[in-house]
Amino acid sequence: MVFEHAVCAFCGCVCDDIAVTVEDGRITQAKNACVLGKAWFLSHGQPSDLPAARINGHAVSLEAGIDYAASLLSQAHYPIIYGLSSTSCEAQRQAIALSETIGGNLDCCTSVCHGPSGMAVQGVGEPTCTLGEVKNRADLLIYWGSNPAESHPRHMTRYAVTPKGMFIPNGRKDRTVVLIDVRPTPSSRAADILITPKPGKDFELLWALRGLILGNKIEEASLAETGVTLEQLTDLAIRMKKSHFGIIFIGQGLTQSRGKHLNTTAAFMLVRDLNRTNKFALMPMRGHGNVTGIDNVLAWQTGFPFGVNFSKGYPRFNPGEFTIVDVLSRDEADLIMSVASDPIASLPATARKRAAEVPMIAIDTHESETTRRAQVAFIAATAGIGAEGTVYRMDNVPLHMDKILDLPFPSDEELLSRLHTRVKELKS
Amino acid sequence: MIRIINGEVYDPINGINGEVRDIFVDDRSIAAAGAGGTTIDAAGMVVMPGGIDMHCHIAGPKVNIARKMRPEDHRNDVLPRTQFTRSGVGGSIPSTFTTGYRYAAMGYTTAFDAAVPPLAARHAHEELNDTPVVDKGFYTLMGNNEFIMQHIASGEKEIVRNFAAWLLNATKAYSIKLVNPGGVELWKSLGNAHTLDDEVTGFKVTPRQIIQSLADASIELNLPHRVHIHCNNLGIAGNWETTLETMKALEDRQGHLTHIQFHSYGGTPGGLFHSKVVELADYVNSHPNLSVDVGQVMFGDTTSMTGDGPLGYLLYQVTGRKWVNVDVENEEGCGIVPIEYKDKSHVHATQWAIGLEWFLLVKDPWRIALTTDHPNGASFANYPRIIRLLMDRGYRKESMQHVNPKALADTTLPDLDREYSLYEIAIITRAAPARLLGLAKKGHLGVGADADITIYDKNDNKEKMFSVPRYVIKDGQILVEDGHLREDVSGRTFYVTPEYDLEVEKEIRKYFDAYYTVEFENYPVQLEHYLPRREAVMCRDIK
Repeated sequence: MVFEHAVCAFCGCVCDDIAVTVEDGRITQAKNACVLGKAWFLSHGQPSDLPAARINGHAVSLEAGIDYAASLLSQAHYPIIYGLSSTSCEAQRQAIALSETIGGNLDCCTSVCHGPSGMAVQGVGEPTCTLGEVKNRADLLIYWGSNPAESHPRHMTRYAVTPKGMFIPNGRKDRTVVLIDVRPTPSSRAADILITPKPGKDFELLWALRGLILGNKIEEASLAETGVTLEQLTDLAIRMKKSHFGIIFIGQGLTQSRGKHLNTTAAFMLVRDLNRTNKFALMPMRGHGNVTGIDNVLAWQTGFPFGVNFSKGYPRFNPGEFTIVDVLSRDEADLIMSVASDPIASLPATARKRAAEVPMIAIDTHESETTRRAQVAFIAATAGIGAEGTVYRMDNVPLHMDKILDLPFPSDEELLSRLHTRVKELKS
Repeated sequence: MIRIINGEVYDPINGINGEVRDIFVDDRSIAAAGAGGTTIDAAGMVVMPGGIDMHCHIAGPKVNIARKMRPEDHRNDVLPRTQFTRSGVGGSIPSTFTTGYRYAAMGYTTAFDAAVPPLAARHAHEELNDTPVVDKGFYTLMGNNEFIMQHIASGEKEIVRNFAAWLLNATKAYSIKLVNPGGVELWKSLGNAHTLDDEVTGFKVTPRQIIQSLADASIELNLPHRVHIHCNNLGIAGNWETTLETMKALEDRQGHLTHIQFHSYGGTPGGLFHSKVVELADYVNSHPNLSVDVGQVMFGDTTSMTGDGPLGYLLYQVTGRKWVNVDVENEEGCGIVPIEYKDKSHVHATQWAIGLEWFLLVKDPWRIALTTDHPNGASFANYPRIIRLLMDRGYRKESMQHVNPKALADTTLPDLDREYSLYEIAIITRAAPARLLGLAKKGHLGVGADADITIYDKNDNKEKMFSVPRYVIKDGQILVEDGHLREDVSGRTFYVTPEYDLEVEKEIRKYFDAYYTVEFENYPVQLEHYLPRREAVMCRDIK
């Protein structure tokens, strides 16, 4: 059986043109998918002998697992629910409802990837667009601190660089591609121009570029620390001013290096300034399949896109206070529940240390460092393969994922809903 | 069964003007008679149908990016969770739960979001599903749709109509919305449309043709709510001429001109405005095919959010505050800027006065609806104060004392003595929006109507009276008592399913393959999944 137009929810590109073949209860082909998408469909679309629920590593019934996890959740004083970037919006809603009931914090992977982009929006706003605008109109593409060839393999071919569009009749030939990164990457091959600033000098470079765009005189000497020459930067500024529609795609090279939200704010302000004379946009290269979804669901339900606290009975927002690394590193959280994420493998050591000292509950679609370490571990059906639901692309375009396979596990949505029901019973 | 006895009933659709009579509710509807159940003694109280907001911005991508952009809007206005209700935040862009609860607590039971890009329809439905209590729906944007513009230019009227119908079906929307027709497309290369006859570059079409073609489509498709128009040149001095041209361009076609306050300015672009309401209201008064909602400005901090991209940029230039712009492929755009309306500002005072002039100068209340274009003119939380401004001449005069006097002097407001009656208030907040939307079971208390009822304690201070209803009944359930929500329920989503020739899908599919980044098959909103509680409103000849 072939599912045409299946949606791949692995990365923020959320390509929806995948032809998925299912034979004998397993996925055998994912046509059109990139190397990451193929691996995602093929590995998640296989039968698994993992138990649906484990307590301290021992298989238990789902009911027993839910019971025990709910008792931990209902006793916690300052818990944190974290992750949610690789699941459906329907599951994300359930997680927020649960978090509200138990109090404490809810944070998503945004706080360790594009949180600084979200903070730049709060500071200065955001001139942006959907990916189709890029396909149809963009004649200048700048990837800054991003390596799409490896992180978003179809970004260049499906949306940005090679496709022909309404006002870009010749596709690649009508576009100029600039890559700005601290070293050449596999994406460099696709670029017409490669600019390699010194690490940690993005802010300085952006600020100087902004100066050039605004017509200010920039001294060669002032650029020395950035590793970029005035000639290179002037050439880029001229190209930006000559473009009909330009876009900067910003990656974690910008958001998670020295300067963080100051880097992103500088980039957003640069693009804002450009709009005095040129149509220009900016888009964060959101990584995980539905990390854009959790930002959206959190924003419409609580008003804030990440790092939300419910301890007072209503939502509060403060990055640096209610965000995962901070809540763990300061030894504040007394329970961590991870959903569709692997914090033990990805967080800094200080945060991991605390995670090892407090009860941990993990829900994921496969075995991970986090599920292995958790007191209670659940295996869930992958959203987009074993469960239907909604996913938001990096440009906030929402798509519906059908269920492709019957997997022997409940969905995140169902697990979270059952956990919430049980917690409410225990609390009443 | 609920019996509401001894109340003073205002039900304009049924011609009931303050008579004391009993209302019976059986299950979810109004009944002719009944016994048993709950009795509400409404002696000394006013009974009206539930309020209807026919133009607000409460769901979808533009609202949500505004929420993300403005944490400062939320932090001083929080809503803790209760035994029944979810927590949330307020401010000018409340979270979804707060939006539903606050409408209900104010006696409003139906609200329509006015501007959803078709590509984001699924998002709007997700948010509407998380907006409790009220019934809802949205209008979808078509005034800058490139497929539509191409086929208007080539004179293929039938394709335009069939496409509009297909799009309404695909998005599960309620009506066709135009925002700055042609101008938002031009904004994609930093331009704008300044007159109805400017050519949209690359598409060989004018705003006038877009307005006429989509007005025709909405009539030929028998949409329950005809075309809903946000005119070109919003907010620009001298724009009243464009507004008048738009009214004339409709000829005898039915059409709704929204947030008309923002489109009624004399003067020259870049300069101060003055009011041109007298001229425009005259035209509306003598043309029964036209209806308006006001988009009243109230003083204070709020958030401007619009599908009108070039307007967003203009406001950014004027205010210097943070600015969001989102261009949506093949369809639309969007601009968001925080804004504070100041009573000492000449421009803002003029806008405030112009809104009130509209209420007071349109003679037929059945063709004007109370809105603030929430949150653009102000939050919907201001409705009770606006009602007081309309009903209480003394309060209005007193309020004028605090407002820029030079600005007021250029309007007719100081000379207007009209006061709205409760009957007229019931028209502009209930009966008229229900009729204009073609919702036969809303906005009245006749037998068979939806049992959405608001009961107010009488009070000379009309702001207090309309702020905290004594009871709010939704679908036959008593949900609010003394301003407190007793129960959390979900309303339903209204949508239309106009018929179209399936042949058009071939053409649309080709277009998708060439210019969209989502698959044709993945574009339509899945009815069961995204509208779990729904009501299709029939498209039929309403002549």
